[in-house]
Amino acid sequence: MSSDGASVHAALVGVTRVYPARAGQPPVHALGPLDLELQRGEFFSVVGPSGCGKSTLVDVLGGLAPPSQGEALFEGKVLGSTVPDGVGVVFQEDASFPWLTVWENVAFGLRRRGTDAAEIRRRVDYALGFMGLQGFAKAYPAQLSGGMRQRVCIARTLVMQPRLILLDEPFGALDQQTRLLMGDELLRLWRETGATVVLITHALDEANLLSDRIGVLSARPGCFIAIVETGWSRDRDSTLAEDPRFGAVTARLWAYLRPESLRALGQQAPAVPDTLRSAAE
Amino acid sequence: MSLAARWRDSALVVAAILALWQAINLVGGDNLMTSPLATVQHAADMVGQARFWPHLRETVTAYLAALAIAVFGGIGFGVLLGAHRLTGEVAEPIFVALYSIPKVTLYPVILLAFGLGIQAKIAFGALHGIIPIVIFSLNAVRQVNRTWLRTARTMSLTPMQTVRHVIIPATVPEIFSGLRVGAALTLLGTMLGELFASQRGLGFLLMTAIDLHDVKTIMAIALLITLFSVAMNAAMLALDRRLHARF
Ligand SMILES: Nc1ncnc2c1ncn2[C@@H]1O[C@H](COP(=O)(O)OP(=O)(O)OP(=O)(O)O)[C@@H](O)[C@H]1O
Ligand SMILES: [Mg+2]
Repeated sequence: MSSDGASVHAALVGVTRVYPARAGQPPVHALGPLDLELQRGEFFSVVGPSGCGKSTLVDVLGGLAPPSQGEALFEGKVLGSTVPDGVGVVFQEDASFPWLTVWENVAFGLRRRGTDAAEIRRRVDYALGFMGLQGFAKAYPAQLSGGMRQRVCIARTLVMQPRLILLDEPFGALDQQTRLLMGDELLRLWRETGATVVLITHALDEANLLSDRIGVLSARPGCFIAIVETGWSRDRDSTLAEDPRFGAVTARLWAYLRPESLRALGQQAPAVPDTLRSAAE
Repeated sequence: MSLAARWRDSALVVAAILALWQAINLVGGDNLMTSPLATVQHAADMVGQARFWPHLRETVTAYLAALAIAVFGGIGFGVLLGAHRLTGEVAEPIFVALYSIPKVTLYPVILLAFGLGIQAKIAFGALHGIIPIVIFSLNAVRQVNRTWLRTARTMSLTPMQTVRHVIIPATVPEIFSGLRVGAALTLLGTMLGELFASQRGLGFLLMTAIDLHDVKTIMAIALLITLFSVAMNAAMLALDRRLHARF
Protein backbone atom coordinates (compact mmCIF):
# COMPACT_ATOMS: atom_id res chain seq x y z
CA MET A 1 0.00 0.00 0.00
CA SER A 2 1.27 3.45 -0.86
CA SER A 3 2.51 5.51 2.05
CA ASP A 4 2.30 9.05 0.73
CA GLY A 5 1.95 11.38 3.72
CA ALA A 6 -1.44 12.83 2.70
CA SER A 7 -3.43 9.63 3.15
CA VAL A 8 -1.74 8.46 6.34
CA HIS A 9 -4.29 8.88 9.10
CA ALA A 10 -2.46 7.50 12.11
CA ALA A 11 1.00 6.07 12.53
CA LEU A 12 3.40 4.42 14.93
CA VAL A 13 7.09 5.11 14.49
CA GLY A 14 9.53 2.91 16.39
CA VAL A 15 7.04 2.54 19.23
CA THR A 16 7.77 0.39 22.25
CA ARG A 17 5.94 0.26 25.53
CA VAL A 18 7.46 -1.02 28.76
CA TYR A 19 5.46 -1.22 31.96
CA PRO A 20 7.74 -0.05 34.76
CA ALA A 21 8.76 -2.43 37.55
CA ARG A 22 6.34 -2.75 40.43
CA ALA A 23 6.81 -4.10 43.93
CA GLY A 24 8.75 -7.36 43.47
CA GLN A 25 7.98 -7.50 39.74
CA PRO A 26 10.47 -6.78 36.96
CA PRO A 27 9.47 -4.29 34.23
CA VAL A 28 7.34 -5.80 31.45
CA HIS A 29 8.31 -5.10 27.86
CA ALA A 30 4.82 -5.40 26.41
CA LEU A 31 5.09 -4.03 22.91
CA GLY A 32 7.35 -3.23 19.99
CA PRO A 33 9.43 -1.89 18.48
CA LEU A 34 6.60 -1.30 16.07
CA ASP A 35 6.07 0.68 12.87
CA LEU A 36 2.67 1.12 11.32
CA GLU A 37 0.93 3.48 8.90
CA LEU A 38 -2.84 3.44 8.87
CA GLN A 39 -4.35 4.81 5.67
CA ARG A 40 -7.32 7.14 5.97
CA GLY A 41 -10.49 5.06 5.75
CA GLU A 42 -8.88 1.65 5.92
CA PHE A 43 -10.09 -1.26 7.99
CA PHE A 44 -7.10 -2.69 9.83
CA SER A 45 -7.25 -5.67 12.16
CA VAL A 46 -4.70 -6.90 14.64
CA VAL A 47 -4.41 -10.54 15.63
CA GLY A 48 -1.92 -11.97 18.07
CA PRO A 49 -1.55 -14.52 20.85
CA SER A 50 -3.04 -13.66 24.21
CA GLY A 51 -0.97 -11.31 26.34
CA CYS A 52 1.12 -10.11 23.38
CA GLY A 53 0.31 -6.44 23.88
CA LYS A 54 -2.82 -5.88 21.76
CA SER A 55 -4.59 -3.77 24.37
CA THR A 56 -1.35 -1.90 24.97
CA LEU A 57 -1.28 -1.12 21.24
CA VAL A 58 -4.80 0.34 21.52
CA ASP A 59 -3.68 2.50 24.45
CA VAL A 60 -0.81 3.93 22.47
CA LEU A 61 -2.81 4.50 19.27
CA GLY A 62 -5.58 6.18 21.24
CA GLY A 63 -3.33 8.45 23.27
CA LEU A 64 -4.30 6.73 26.52
CA ALA A 65 -0.72 5.80 27.31
CA PRO A 66 2.43 7.33 25.84
CA PRO A 67 4.95 5.06 24.13
CA SER A 68 8.13 4.40 26.10
CA GLN A 69 10.10 5.01 22.92
CA GLY A 70 9.12 6.30 19.51
CA GLU A 71 6.09 8.30 18.50
CA ALA A 72 2.41 7.75 17.87
CA LEU A 73 0.76 10.15 15.45
CA PHE A 74 -2.85 10.95 14.69
CA GLU A 75 -3.71 13.29 11.81
CA GLY A 76 -0.13 14.47 11.76
CA LYS A 77 0.08 15.36 15.47
CA VAL A 78 2.21 13.51 18.00
CA LEU A 79 0.14 11.86 20.73
CA GLY A 80 1.01 12.13 24.38
CA SER A 81 -1.30 10.99 27.10
CA THR A 82 -4.50 12.71 26.08
CA VAL A 83 -7.03 11.20 23.73
CA PRO A 84 -7.43 13.58 20.81
CA ASP A 85 -10.78 14.66 19.47
CA GLY A 86 -11.83 12.36 16.67
CA VAL A 87 -10.59 9.14 18.26
CA GLY A 88 -13.10 6.68 19.71
CA VAL A 89 -12.12 3.68 21.82
CA VAL A 90 -14.16 0.62 22.79
CA PHE A 91 -12.39 -1.22 25.58
CA GLN A 92 -12.00 -4.94 25.99
CA GLU A 93 -13.66 -4.84 29.41
CA ASP A 94 -17.23 -3.78 30.01
CA ALA A 95 -17.17 -0.01 30.47
CA SER A 96 -20.89 0.75 30.66
CA PHE A 97 -21.96 2.97 33.54
CA PRO A 98 -24.26 0.94 35.80
CA TRP A 99 -25.99 4.05 37.20
CA LEU A 100 -27.24 5.15 33.77
CA THR A 101 -29.86 3.60 31.50
CA VAL A 102 -28.80 2.25 28.13
CA TRP A 103 -30.07 5.43 26.49
CA GLU A 104 -28.22 7.67 28.94
CA ASN A 105 -25.06 5.61 28.55
CA VAL A 106 -25.09 6.12 24.82
CA ALA A 107 -25.86 9.84 25.17
CA PHE A 108 -23.13 10.31 27.81
CA GLY A 109 -20.31 11.68 25.66
CA LEU A 110 -22.54 13.93 23.57
CA ARG A 111 -24.11 15.46 26.66
CA ARG A 112 -20.73 16.27 28.16
CA ARG A 113 -19.73 17.78 24.84
CA GLY A 114 -22.80 20.01 24.93
CA THR A 115 -24.43 18.81 21.71
CA ASP A 116 -28.00 20.07 21.43
CA ALA A 117 -30.75 17.82 22.70
CA ALA A 118 -32.50 17.15 19.40
CA GLU A 119 -29.26 16.11 17.76
CA ILE A 120 -28.40 13.86 20.72
CA ARG A 121 -31.79 12.20 20.48
CA ARG A 122 -31.41 11.66 16.75
CA ARG A 123 -27.94 10.13 17.02
CA VAL A 124 -28.65 8.00 20.09
CA ASP A 125 -31.86 6.55 18.66
CA TYR A 126 -30.05 5.77 15.43
CA ALA A 127 -27.14 4.09 17.23
CA LEU A 128 -29.46 2.03 19.42
CA GLY A 129 -31.29 0.81 16.35
CA PHE A 130 -28.03 0.08 14.63
CA MET A 131 -26.86 -2.03 17.56
CA GLY A 132 -30.20 -3.81 17.96
CA LEU A 133 -30.86 -2.21 21.32
CA GLN A 134 -34.05 -0.20 20.60
CA GLY A 135 -36.10 -2.27 23.02
CA PHE A 136 -33.63 -1.71 25.84
CA ALA A 137 -33.31 2.07 25.90
CA LYS A 138 -34.71 2.29 29.43
CA ALA A 139 -32.97 -0.79 30.82
CA TYR A 140 -29.94 -0.61 33.09
CA PRO A 141 -26.70 -2.44 32.17
CA ALA A 142 -27.16 -4.88 35.06
CA GLN A 143 -30.26 -6.16 33.27
CA LEU A 144 -28.34 -6.92 30.05
CA SER A 145 -26.09 -9.76 28.94
CA GLY A 146 -22.36 -9.17 28.58
CA GLY A 147 -22.64 -9.03 24.80
CA MET A 148 -25.42 -6.44 24.95
CA ARG A 149 -23.43 -4.30 27.35
CA GLN A 150 -20.54 -4.38 24.95
CA ARG A 151 -22.92 -3.19 22.22
CA VAL A 152 -23.95 -0.31 24.47
CA CYS A 153 -20.28 0.67 24.68
CA ILE A 154 -19.88 0.45 20.91
CA ALA A 155 -22.97 2.62 20.40
CA ARG A 156 -21.66 5.11 22.95
CA THR A 157 -18.46 5.46 20.94
CA LEU A 158 -20.17 5.58 17.53
CA VAL A 159 -22.48 8.50 18.40
CA MET A 160 -19.38 10.63 18.91
CA GLN A 161 -18.69 10.12 15.18
CA PRO A 162 -14.97 9.40 15.59
CA ARG A 163 -12.71 9.51 12.55
CA LEU A 164 -10.50 6.78 14.02
CA ILE A 165 -12.29 3.95 15.82
CA LEU A 166 -10.28 1.57 18.01
CA LEU A 167 -12.13 -1.60 18.95
CA ASP A 168 -10.48 -3.94 21.45
CA GLU A 169 -12.11 -7.37 21.03
CA PRO A 170 -15.58 -5.83 20.95
CA PHE A 171 -17.36 -9.04 19.94
CA GLY A 172 -15.62 -11.26 22.45
CA ALA A 173 -18.79 -11.85 24.45
CA LEU A 174 -21.00 -12.57 21.44
CA ASP A 175 -22.05 -15.88 19.94
CA GLN A 176 -20.77 -16.71 16.46
CA GLN A 177 -24.00 -15.81 14.57
CA THR A 178 -24.42 -12.44 16.25
CA ARG A 179 -20.74 -11.84 15.68
CA LEU A 180 -21.11 -12.30 11.93
CA LEU A 181 -24.12 -10.01 11.80
CA MET A 182 -22.41 -7.36 13.92
CA GLY A 183 -19.45 -7.63 11.59
CA ASP A 184 -21.71 -6.84 8.64
CA GLU A 185 -23.13 -3.86 10.49
CA LEU A 186 -19.65 -2.66 11.32
CA LEU A 187 -18.68 -2.90 7.65
CA ARG A 188 -21.76 -0.91 6.68
CA LEU A 189 -20.92 1.76 9.24
CA TRP A 190 -17.32 1.86 8.08
CA ARG A 191 -18.43 2.36 4.47
CA GLU A 192 -20.98 5.03 5.37
CA THR A 193 -18.76 7.10 7.65
CA GLY A 194 -15.43 6.66 5.93
CA ALA A 195 -13.83 6.26 9.34
CA THR A 196 -10.54 4.46 9.86
CA VAL A 197 -11.10 1.32 11.93
CA VAL A 198 -8.60 -0.66 13.98
CA LEU A 199 -10.09 -3.91 15.24
CA ILE A 200 -8.35 -6.14 17.76
CA THR A 201 -9.67 -9.68 17.58
CA HIS A 202 -8.67 -13.22 18.35
CA ALA A 203 -10.92 -14.67 15.64
CA LEU A 204 -8.86 -15.14 12.51
CA ASP A 205 -11.81 -15.47 10.12
CA GLU A 206 -13.36 -12.32 11.59
CA ALA A 207 -10.16 -10.39 10.95
CA ASN A 208 -10.04 -11.86 7.46
CA LEU A 209 -13.63 -11.05 6.60
CA LEU A 210 -13.66 -7.47 7.83
CA SER A 211 -10.24 -6.13 7.02
CA ASP A 212 -8.29 -4.50 4.24
CA ARG A 213 -5.09 -5.42 6.05
CA ILE A 214 -4.33 -7.62 9.04
CA GLY A 215 -1.32 -7.13 11.28
CA VAL A 216 -0.08 -10.31 12.92
CA LEU A 217 1.67 -9.74 16.23
CA SER A 218 4.35 -11.99 17.69
CA ALA A 219 4.22 -13.30 21.26
CA ARG A 220 5.21 -10.65 23.86
CA PRO A 221 6.75 -8.21 23.24
CA GLY A 222 4.34 -7.85 20.34
CA CYS A 223 5.97 -6.95 17.01
CA PHE A 224 4.40 -7.25 13.57
CA ILE A 225 5.67 -10.46 12.05
CA ALA A 226 3.48 -9.99 8.97
CA ILE A 227 0.96 -7.59 7.53
CA VAL A 228 -1.45 -9.46 5.29
CA GLU A 229 -3.43 -7.66 2.59
CA THR A 230 -6.76 -9.32 1.90
CA GLY A 231 -7.70 -7.47 -1.29
CA TRP A 232 -11.48 -7.67 -0.64
CA SER A 233 -13.75 -5.11 -2.26
CA ARG A 234 -15.18 -2.30 -0.14
CA ASP A 235 -18.76 -3.59 -0.31
CA ARG A 236 -17.94 -7.01 1.13
CA ASP A 237 -20.08 -8.75 3.74
CA SER A 238 -20.17 -12.06 5.59
CA THR A 239 -21.12 -14.00 2.45
CA LEU A 240 -17.47 -13.55 1.53
CA ALA A 241 -16.76 -16.66 3.59
CA GLU A 242 -17.91 -18.70 0.57
CA ASP A 243 -15.13 -17.25 -1.59
CA PRO A 244 -12.43 -19.88 -2.20
CA ARG A 245 -9.71 -17.26 -1.54
CA PHE A 246 -11.16 -16.68 1.94
CA GLY A 247 -9.90 -19.94 3.39
CA ALA A 248 -6.46 -19.35 1.94
CA VAL A 249 -6.10 -16.04 3.80
CA THR A 250 -7.20 -17.55 7.10
CA ALA A 251 -4.73 -20.39 6.56
CA ARG A 252 -1.95 -17.88 5.95
CA LEU A 253 -2.80 -16.01 9.14
CA TRP A 254 -2.73 -19.22 11.11
CA ALA A 255 0.59 -20.24 9.59
CA TYR A 256 2.11 -17.00 10.92
CA LEU A 257 0.33 -17.20 14.24
CA ARG A 258 0.71 -20.83 15.23
CA PRO A 259 4.34 -20.74 16.36
CA GLU A 260 3.70 -17.44 18.19
CA SER A 261 0.70 -18.84 20.01
CA LEU A 262 2.79 -21.83 21.06
CA ARG A 263 5.48 -19.46 22.33
CA ALA A 264 2.90 -17.41 24.22
CA LEU A 265 1.58 -20.57 25.88
CA GLY A 266 5.14 -21.42 26.89
CA GLN A 267 5.54 -17.96 28.46
CA GLN A 268 2.62 -18.71 30.74
CA ALA A 269 2.99 -22.41 31.48
CA PRO A 270 5.45 -23.40 34.19
CA ALA A 271 8.31 -25.67 33.12
CA VAL A 272 7.48 -29.36 33.37
CA PRO A 273 9.07 -30.65 36.58
CA ASP A 274 11.69 -33.41 36.22
CA THR A 275 9.67 -35.95 38.17
CA LEU A 276 6.78 -35.70 35.73
CA ARG A 277 9.11 -35.77 32.76
CA SER A 278 10.80 -39.04 33.74
CA ALA A 279 7.40 -40.60 34.46
CA ALA A 280 6.22 -39.71 30.98
CA GLU A 281 9.23 -41.17 29.22
CA MET B 1 -37.90 -9.81 49.02
CA SER B 2 -41.06 -8.03 47.93
CA LEU B 3 -42.12 -4.84 49.65
CA ALA B 4 -45.25 -6.46 51.08
CA ALA B 5 -43.22 -9.36 52.50
CA ARG B 6 -40.77 -6.92 54.07
CA TRP B 7 -43.60 -4.97 55.71
CA ARG B 8 -45.16 -8.18 56.95
CA ASP B 9 -41.86 -9.35 58.46
CA SER B 10 -41.30 -6.01 60.16
CA ALA B 11 -44.82 -6.07 61.59
CA LEU B 12 -44.23 -9.59 62.90
CA VAL B 13 -41.00 -8.55 64.63
CA VAL B 14 -42.70 -5.55 66.25
CA ALA B 15 -45.63 -7.69 67.40
CA ALA B 16 -43.27 -10.28 68.89
CA ILE B 17 -41.31 -7.61 70.78
CA LEU B 18 -44.51 -6.06 72.15
CA ALA B 19 -45.81 -9.46 73.26
CA LEU B 20 -42.54 -10.32 74.99
CA TRP B 21 -42.46 -6.91 76.64
CA GLN B 22 -46.03 -7.28 77.90
CA ALA B 23 -45.24 -10.77 79.18
CA ILE B 24 -42.22 -9.56 81.15
CA ASN B 25 -44.40 -6.85 82.68
CA LEU B 26 -47.02 -9.42 83.65
CA VAL B 27 -44.48 -11.75 85.23
CA GLY B 28 -42.06 -9.26 86.77
CA GLY B 29 -44.38 -6.38 87.56
CA ASP B 30 -43.92 -2.62 87.11
CA ASN B 31 -40.66 -2.64 89.05
CA LEU B 32 -38.95 -4.67 86.37
CA MET B 33 -40.52 -3.19 83.24
CA THR B 34 -43.55 -1.00 82.76
CA SER B 35 -46.08 -2.28 80.24
CA PRO B 36 -45.89 -1.05 76.64
CA LEU B 37 -49.05 1.01 77.01
CA ALA B 38 -47.95 2.66 80.28
CA THR B 39 -44.54 3.39 78.76
CA VAL B 40 -46.04 5.07 75.71
CA GLN B 41 -48.32 7.13 77.95
CA HIS B 42 -45.44 8.21 80.15
CA ALA B 43 -43.30 9.06 77.15
CA ALA B 44 -46.13 11.21 75.79
CA ASP B 45 -46.47 12.94 79.19
CA MET B 46 -42.74 13.64 79.32
CA VAL B 47 -42.69 15.09 75.84
CA GLY B 48 -45.58 17.33 76.87
CA GLN B 49 -43.65 18.85 79.79
CA ALA B 50 -41.64 22.02 79.26
CA ARG B 51 -38.68 20.87 81.40
CA PHE B 52 -38.12 17.92 79.08
CA TRP B 53 -37.32 20.06 76.03
CA PRO B 54 -33.92 21.51 77.06
CA HIS B 55 -32.69 17.96 77.57
CA LEU B 56 -33.96 16.81 74.20
CA ARG B 57 -32.49 19.88 72.56
CA GLU B 58 -29.11 19.21 74.17
CA THR B 59 -29.04 15.63 72.89
CA VAL B 60 -30.22 16.55 69.42
CA THR B 61 -27.68 19.40 69.19
CA ALA B 62 -24.85 17.16 70.33
CA TYR B 63 -25.92 14.44 67.93
CA LEU B 64 -26.21 16.71 64.91
CA ALA B 65 -22.87 18.37 65.64
CA ALA B 66 -21.18 14.99 66.07
CA LEU B 67 -22.83 13.72 62.90
CA ALA B 68 -21.70 16.75 60.91
CA ILE B 69 -18.11 16.22 62.03
CA ALA B 70 -18.25 12.49 61.34
CA VAL B 71 -19.83 12.94 57.91
CA PHE B 72 -17.69 15.77 56.58
CA GLY B 73 -14.51 14.62 58.28
CA GLY B 74 -15.11 11.00 57.33
CA ILE B 75 -15.92 11.59 53.67
CA GLY B 76 -13.16 14.18 53.28
CA PHE B 77 -10.53 12.01 54.89
CA GLY B 78 -11.69 8.82 53.20
CA VAL B 79 -11.81 10.35 49.71
CA LEU B 80 -8.36 11.92 50.10
CA LEU B 81 -6.81 8.70 51.35
CA GLY B 82 -8.60 6.60 48.74
CA ALA B 83 -7.57 8.84 45.85
CA HIS B 84 -3.94 8.14 46.57
CA ARG B 85 -3.46 4.43 46.08
CA LEU B 86 -0.47 3.96 48.37
CA THR B 87 -1.75 5.99 51.33
CA GLY B 88 -5.08 4.23 50.92
CA GLU B 89 -3.43 0.84 51.15
CA VAL B 90 -1.51 1.89 54.26
CA ALA B 91 -4.38 3.70 55.95
CA GLU B 92 -7.14 1.16 55.50
CA PRO B 93 -5.87 -1.51 57.92
CA ILE B 94 -5.11 1.19 60.48
CA PHE B 95 -8.69 2.43 60.40
CA VAL B 96 -10.06 -1.10 60.50
CA ALA B 97 -7.97 -1.69 63.64
CA LEU B 98 -9.24 1.58 65.15
CA TYR B 99 -12.77 0.51 64.29
CA SER B 100 -12.47 -2.63 66.33
CA ILE B 101 -11.07 -1.14 69.56
CA PRO B 102 -13.76 -0.27 72.11
CA LYS B 103 -13.76 3.49 72.10
CA VAL B 104 -15.03 3.63 75.68
CA THR B 105 -11.40 3.15 76.67
CA LEU B 106 -10.72 6.58 75.19
CA TYR B 107 -13.49 8.24 77.17
CA PRO B 108 -11.28 9.44 80.05
CA VAL B 109 -8.94 11.06 77.54
CA ILE B 110 -11.85 12.87 75.93
CA LEU B 111 -13.19 14.03 79.27
CA LEU B 112 -9.77 15.40 80.15
CA ALA B 113 -9.51 17.17 76.84
CA PHE B 114 -13.06 18.56 76.57
CA GLY B 115 -14.41 18.73 80.14
CA LEU B 116 -17.93 17.87 81.20
CA GLY B 117 -19.88 19.97 78.68
CA ILE B 118 -21.46 19.28 75.35
CA GLN B 119 -18.07 19.20 73.59
CA ALA B 120 -17.14 15.88 75.17
CA LYS B 121 -20.37 14.29 73.93
CA ILE B 122 -19.84 15.69 70.46
CA ALA B 123 -16.27 14.46 70.38
CA PHE B 124 -17.28 11.03 71.61
CA GLY B 125 -20.13 10.76 69.11
CA ALA B 126 -17.94 11.89 66.21
CA LEU B 127 -15.19 9.49 67.26
CA HIS B 128 -17.61 6.58 66.92
CA GLY B 129 -19.12 7.68 63.64
CA ILE B 130 -16.14 8.94 61.68
CA ILE B 131 -14.22 5.68 61.40
CA PRO B 132 -16.75 3.61 59.41
CA ILE B 133 -17.37 6.60 57.18
CA VAL B 134 -13.64 6.91 56.47
CA ILE B 135 -13.36 3.19 55.72
CA PHE B 136 -16.36 3.08 53.39
CA SER B 137 -15.40 6.30 51.56
CA LEU B 138 -11.82 5.16 51.18
CA ASN B 139 -12.89 1.87 49.64
CA ALA B 140 -15.52 3.54 47.47
CA VAL B 141 -12.88 5.73 45.86
CA ARG B 142 -10.30 2.97 45.64
CA GLN B 143 -12.72 0.71 43.84
CA VAL B 144 -13.77 3.11 41.10
CA ASN B 145 -13.49 1.03 37.95
CA ARG B 146 -10.40 2.13 36.00
CA THR B 147 -12.18 1.51 32.70
CA TRP B 148 -14.80 4.14 33.63
CA LEU B 149 -12.04 6.68 34.14
CA ARG B 150 -10.44 5.67 30.85
CA THR B 151 -13.81 6.06 29.15
CA ALA B 152 -14.00 9.59 30.56
CA ARG B 153 -10.62 10.28 28.98
CA THR B 154 -11.66 8.97 25.57
CA MET B 155 -14.59 11.37 25.69
CA SER B 156 -12.36 14.29 26.62
CA LEU B 157 -14.13 15.04 29.88
CA THR B 158 -12.66 17.85 31.96
CA PRO B 159 -11.48 16.86 35.46
CA MET B 160 -14.57 18.56 36.92
CA GLN B 161 -16.87 16.62 34.57
CA THR B 162 -15.11 13.40 35.48
CA VAL B 163 -15.72 14.03 39.17
CA ARG B 164 -19.31 15.11 38.68
CA HIS B 165 -20.42 12.52 36.14
CA VAL B 166 -18.23 9.49 36.86
CA ILE B 167 -16.56 9.52 40.27
CA ILE B 168 -19.51 10.83 42.27
CA PRO B 169 -22.15 8.50 40.83
CA ALA B 170 -19.70 5.60 41.10
CA THR B 171 -18.90 6.20 44.77
CA VAL B 172 -22.12 7.59 46.27
CA PRO B 173 -23.82 4.23 46.98
CA GLU B 174 -20.82 2.89 48.90
CA ILE B 175 -20.26 6.15 50.75
CA PHE B 176 -23.92 6.20 51.71
CA SER B 177 -23.60 2.73 53.23
CA GLY B 178 -20.80 4.18 55.35
CA LEU B 179 -23.07 7.06 56.37
CA ARG B 180 -25.77 4.67 57.48
CA VAL B 181 -23.39 2.76 59.75
CA GLY B 182 -21.74 6.01 60.83
CA ALA B 183 -25.02 7.69 61.75
CA ALA B 184 -26.04 4.78 63.96
CA LEU B 185 -22.65 4.66 65.67
CA THR B 186 -22.59 8.43 66.16
CA LEU B 187 -25.87 8.13 68.04
CA LEU B 188 -24.39 5.36 70.14
CA GLY B 189 -21.31 7.46 70.91
CA THR B 190 -23.30 10.56 71.73
CA MET B 191 -25.58 8.66 74.11
CA LEU B 192 -22.62 6.94 75.76
CA GLY B 193 -21.05 10.34 76.23
CA GLU B 194 -24.18 11.57 77.95
CA LEU B 195 -24.50 8.62 80.28
CA PHE B 196 -21.25 9.40 82.04
CA ALA B 197 -20.37 12.71 83.53
CA SER B 198 -22.94 15.00 81.97
CA GLN B 199 -25.50 17.42 83.36
CA ARG B 200 -28.03 17.61 80.57
CA GLY B 201 -29.55 15.54 77.79
CA LEU B 202 -31.57 12.37 77.43
CA GLY B 203 -28.63 10.32 78.66
CA PHE B 204 -28.47 12.43 81.81
CA LEU B 205 -32.22 12.00 82.38
CA LEU B 206 -31.74 8.27 81.94
CA MET B 207 -28.93 8.11 84.53
CA THR B 208 -30.96 10.20 86.99
CA ALA B 209 -33.93 7.88 86.55
CA ILE B 210 -31.67 4.88 87.15
CA ASP B 211 -30.42 6.45 90.40
CA LEU B 212 -34.02 7.03 91.51
CA HIS B 213 -35.06 3.60 90.25
CA ASP B 214 -37.75 5.34 88.18
CA VAL B 215 -38.50 2.42 85.87
CA LYS B 216 -41.26 4.25 84.00
CA THR B 217 -38.92 7.06 82.95
CA ILE B 218 -36.10 4.66 82.06
CA MET B 219 -38.45 2.77 79.79
CA ALA B 220 -39.93 5.92 78.26
CA ILE B 221 -36.54 7.36 77.36
CA ALA B 222 -35.32 4.04 76.01
CA LEU B 223 -38.46 3.91 73.88
CA LEU B 224 -37.94 7.40 72.49
CA ILE B 225 -34.31 6.72 71.60
CA THR B 226 -35.15 3.37 70.04
CA LEU B 227 -37.95 4.81 67.95
CA PHE B 228 -35.71 7.58 66.66
CA SER B 229 -32.88 5.21 65.89
CA VAL B 230 -35.07 2.64 64.16
CA ALA B 231 -36.84 5.28 62.07
CA MET B 232 -33.56 6.86 60.99
CA ASN B 233 -32.02 3.53 60.12
CA ALA B 234 -35.07 2.34 58.19
CA ALA B 235 -35.15 5.52 56.12
CA MET B 236 -31.43 5.29 55.36
CA LEU B 237 -31.63 1.60 54.59
CA ALA B 238 -34.42 2.19 52.09
CA LEU B 239 -32.36 4.89 50.38
CA ASP B 240 -29.27 2.69 50.53
CA ARG B 241 -31.10 -0.12 48.75
CA ARG B 242 -32.27 2.26 46.05
CA LEU B 243 -28.74 3.55 45.50
CA HIS B 244 -27.30 0.07 45.25
CA ALA B 245 -30.07 -1.36 43.08
CA ARG B 246 -28.24 -0.82 39.81
CA PHE B 247 -24.81 -2.09 40.78
N1 LIG C 1 -0.51 -2.01 33.88
C1 LIG C 1 0.34 -3.03 33.63
N2 LIG C 1 1.44 -3.22 34.38
C2 LIG C 1 2.30 -4.22 34.12
N3 LIG C 1 2.13 -5.10 33.13
C3 LIG C 1 1.07 -4.98 32.34
C4 LIG C 1 0.11 -3.93 32.54
N4 LIG C 1 -0.85 -4.05 31.61
C5 LIG C 1 -0.51 -5.11 30.85
N5 LIG C 1 0.65 -5.67 31.28
C6 LIG C 1 1.34 -6.83 30.69
O1 LIG C 1 1.70 -6.48 29.38
C7 LIG C 1 1.46 -7.57 28.49
C8 LIG C 1 0.55 -7.14 27.38
O2 LIG C 1 -0.73 -6.83 27.94
P1 LIG C 1 -1.98 -6.50 27.01
O3 LIG C 1 -3.15 -6.32 27.90
O4 LIG C 1 -1.64 -5.37 26.12
O5 LIG C 1 -2.10 -7.85 26.17
P2 LIG C 1 -3.27 -8.33 25.22
O6 LIG C 1 -2.63 -8.82 23.99
O7 LIG C 1 -4.31 -7.28 25.08
O8 LIG C 1 -3.85 -9.55 26.03
P3 LIG C 1 -5.29 -10.26 25.89
O9 LIG C 1 -5.20 -11.15 24.70
O10 LIG C 1 -5.42 -11.04 27.15
O11 LIG C 1 -6.30 -9.17 25.74
C9 LIG C 1 0.89 -8.68 29.34
O12 LIG C 1 1.92 -9.60 29.61
C10 LIG C 1 0.44 -8.02 30.59
O13 LIG C 1 0.63 -8.88 31.70
MG1 LIG D 1 -6.26 -7.21 25.56
